[in-house]
Amino acid sequence: MLAWTIYLSFAGALAARLAPSKQAARILALVTALAGLGLGLTALAHWQPGTMLTVAQVAWIPQLGISYHLAADGISLTLVLLTGIAATAGILFSWNIEHRTQEFFAFYLVLIGGVYGVFLSFDLFLLFVFYEIAIIPKYFLIAIWGSVPRDAAAGQGGSQREYAAMKLALYSFAGSALVLAGMVAAWTVSGGTSLSFEVLARYPFPAHFQMWAFPMVFVGFAVLAGMWPFHTWAPTGHAAAPTAASMLLAGVVMKLGAYGCLRVAMMLFPAGLGPWGFHVLGLGSWRDVFALLAVIGIVYGATVALVQRDFKFVIGYSSVSHMGFVLLGLMTLTTFGLDGAVLQMFSHGVIAGLLFAVVGRMVYDRTHTRQLRELAPMRLAHAIPFAAVTFILAGMASIGLPGFSGFVAEFQVLVGTWQALPWLVVVAGIGILVGIAFTWRALNLAFFGEPAAHAHEGHRLPPITLPEKLGSLLLLASTLVVGLYPRVLTDLILPSLNSPLFEGLRKGVWR
Amino acid sequence: MITFLTLLPLVGGLVVLALMRARAAARMVALAVSVAALITTVMIWHRFDPNAAGMQFQVVHDWAPSLAMSYHVGVDGLSVLLLVLSAIVVLMSLAASWANAKHGPVYLALVLFLEAGLFGTFTALNFVHWFIFWELSLIPAYFLVRLWGGPGRAKAAAQFFLYTMVGSVALLLAFLAIFLATGQFDFLQLAQLAHAGQLTKALGDNLHWGMSGDRIGMLLFWAAFLGFAVKTPVLPFHTWLPATYAEASCETTMLLTGAMSKMGVYGFLRILLPIFPGEMQHALRPLLWLAVATIVLPAFAAWAQKDLKRTFAYSSINHLGYCVLGVCVAVQMRGVDARVAAENAAALTGVLLQIFSHGITAAALFWFIALLERRSGGARGIDDFGGLRRVVPVFSGLMGIAIFASLGLPGLNGFPGEFLIFKGAFPLAAWAASISVLGLLMTAVFLLTVIQKVFSGPVNPRWEGMPDLTRAERLALMPVIAVMFVVGLYPQLITGMVHSTVMQWVAGVRF
Repeated sequence: MLAWTIYLSFAGALAARLAPSKQAARILALVTALAGLGLGLTALAHWQPGTMLTVAQVAWIPQLGISYHLAADGISLTLVLLTGIAATAGILFSWNIEHRTQEFFAFYLVLIGGVYGVFLSFDLFLLFVFYEIAIIPKYFLIAIWGSVPRDAAAGQGGSQREYAAMKLALYSFAGSALVLAGMVAAWTVSGGTSLSFEVLARYPFPAHFQMWAFPMVFVGFAVLAGMWPFHTWAPTGHAAAPTAASMLLAGVVMKLGAYGCLRVAMMLFPAGLGPWGFHVLGLGSWRDVFALLAVIGIVYGATVALVQRDFKFVIGYSSVSHMGFVLLGLMTLTTFGLDGAVLQMFSHGVIAGLLFAVVGRMVYDRTHTRQLRELAPMRLAHAIPFAAVTFILAGMASIGLPGFSGFVAEFQVLVGTWQALPWLVVVAGIGILVGIAFTWRALNLAFFGEPAAHAHEGHRLPPITLPEKLGSLLLLASTLVVGLYPRVLTDLILPSLNSPLFEGLRKGVWR
Repeated sequence: MITFLTLLPLVGGLVVLALMRARAAARMVALAVSVAALITTVMIWHRFDPNAAGMQFQVVHDWAPSLAMSYHVGVDGLSVLLLVLSAIVVLMSLAASWANAKHGPVYLALVLFLEAGLFGTFTALNFVHWFIFWELSLIPAYFLVRLWGGPGRAKAAAQFFLYTMVGSVALLLAFLAIFLATGQFDFLQLAQLAHAGQLTKALGDNLHWGMSGDRIGMLLFWAAFLGFAVKTPVLPFHTWLPATYAEASCETTMLLTGAMSKMGVYGFLRILLPIFPGEMQHALRPLLWLAVATIVLPAFAAWAQKDLKRTFAYSSINHLGYCVLGVCVAVQMRGVDARVAAENAAALTGVLLQIFSHGITAAALFWFIALLERRSGGARGIDDFGGLRRVVPVFSGLMGIAIFASLGLPGLNGFPGEFLIFKGAFPLAAWAASISVLGLLMTAVFLLTVIQKVFSGPVNPRWEGMPDLTRAERLALMPVIAVMFVVGLYPQLITGMVHSTVMQWVAGVRF
């Protein structure tokens, strides 16, 4: 059943491309996305905690041991659910796209299909194929429909979009190259019989092999998760993308990277996290290195967001900061930390989507500027109060106020960090404070600025449309439900972390 | 009962928001809700058994067991007192803004949300559950200051918000570490652990920080202390307060000083005293110095102010300083045990009386300033007036009563609390009590200065035609003045109710 999320998305893409009218393409896309969300929810209802839901298993290239094997555990299900929510909301927020509408939704749904594929793949080769499928539409979505900053409107907008799209694609491919090399190496070392996770997770890779394969694959995926210092594609890519693509990039695509880090690098090469046996600058293992990079990302992303002039860049850098919590949680190697990391993937996906929706759709499409300096005199809180309230709630969720999903996630990551890497908690705490500061600053400048001296109330902004309201409500409800009742997701994630697949990780440095 | 109490203003706030277009109806709903909340709190007081030890009206539900989160509410004497106080102060504030046309439905809804936050904070007994309300009450407060204040409101609100957040993050991190060591978030369980001396042991055994449990306990204590010190505030973390109280509209300041500032003292009593008794004893000397500074310096600062709102803002810090002093001396245990226990109990009883009476008095004082500002067109400088006694005799008389209550005149509500705190403090920490007397003296000096400059002297011709209080205003103020006399003349009303709670605390710090 769950496999249909992938097929439906691809079929929907084709249907949207061939749709007779723009409205038909929109409705087709929305129906497809809703079907995906529905399938995810159905699977959730049928899933037995702790089990592996095998979706499809067909030999594909038996000579190489490659099979078409789709399966889901609680972690995959969480992310499938996130994809469904983000995809639906993204379509609602791109209802107003008039330029090559059919193609837009076609690319959009191909991207969604690829993402579903990655989260459901249970074969390393298959995962890699879907991972690559997801990169291509990203490039076109940004290069063709990207948002153009106004100061660059004098003929440079196009090149800016293409620059961002190219940067993103190159970073993605560079990361993929590392993953590919790791995959081939793992295949060779394990005897070249199978690339199924089930087999690979059990295969005792030699420790010295894991010691170099782990960082290679981890970095390869972490590029897409926005790990500092490989994050620079993220802010430019997010800012240049059209609203729905920013929502997907930050909401789901960055999760592909984080998911790969967990599912491939950490699950297959757990010994790579062990101590080197010597110390460099106080760092004694790859785990220390990546944990440090994660914390730097948290503080650095937040600090840079604090001084941005462009509203969309603020949110772009905030994603780097919040994804730092995912990586930090993974590197704690504790149940709390890993649970928190997966929860943070979901939570950030929803919240970042909402923030980008406010900035890109509700504000930019109406005011045609993203400069905080120019937004300040417009007093948007009075002009579009719905956007202001949504941003306040999304901001509250984003800074991790209790009651929203961000709190339960970051809170568990921090517990795990106290447990494993206590000194980094203090730094992460500073990162949270800077995060509060930049969210507050952006909110204040964008929505509650002082009116200009010569205020001209001449142009009224168009009112918020119904699709925008529905999309906001969907995302807000998701973050509130998880925040107030975290068991909906923790009951999925925790049993999966205790499954045999993660045994190597648990036996190693797990505490 | 308690769940209903917390939900009542929350739902009421949403209803008020829904009545955006019908201002008069919204106002009636807000008033009805706050009256109903007051009646409910009084009913809780009535049904509360003052002789029974422990928490009453407890409700426990599982929430997220893997994170030790539970829905746990209950009340003891402290909670009941603060529930009634919050309900009274909210009602006073609504009554004060009745004639203020600027305070529309959004304002009223925020006030009701704040009330829900207060009720939640004062009844929750699980850290996570409590923290939700602790943080969420900050959001409406922020917007009340930000949107309805004076010209400097943006800066003041920002300072208020960011300072409080720094404290909150420190508090959160401390509790995450405690959770990691004990697996507990429940205040009562943690207090039991601390009482049995097992908390520091657990911290030392389960956190691998390379420190002894005692040192970790001290670190966590200071982190948690920071959270409450900012909120109360304790010097030197008070700098947000004068600006915030002065820039917020008087009706908002009534809420901030009358009810919200009590959240800090509540934290001292509910969390620091029961969970960190050993640490408090250990840190007694610096704590006493901080308390003394909080009492004495703001009293001098208040004398130097030219703005009535700032005068009373500093006076508010000074009054809460007595509470901090009372809590700190309550852990002092040197000397003959029975004697000392009696003095501990006196000091703590004094703290509870002081919490209540300061809430009423400070809210009343800012109400009078609101009335004065409305008549003077915004003028509120201490030198702007003169001879008001002859122009508006009823106003002057009633405000005079409130000022004398604030000054601690016997027969009014300020006296019994301060008397009991000093009665406890002198034998337990004579030096601290002696220096603190300076604060009492300076309070008398600056309050009498206010009376002299505003009410006495030659009539300022500018205010010759100032109208006196209307009949409605007199009627609204009467119950407040009555409460001042009742508590002043019959403090047994409160001391009787809190007696067993106080005795439990006194027993709790002995182990």
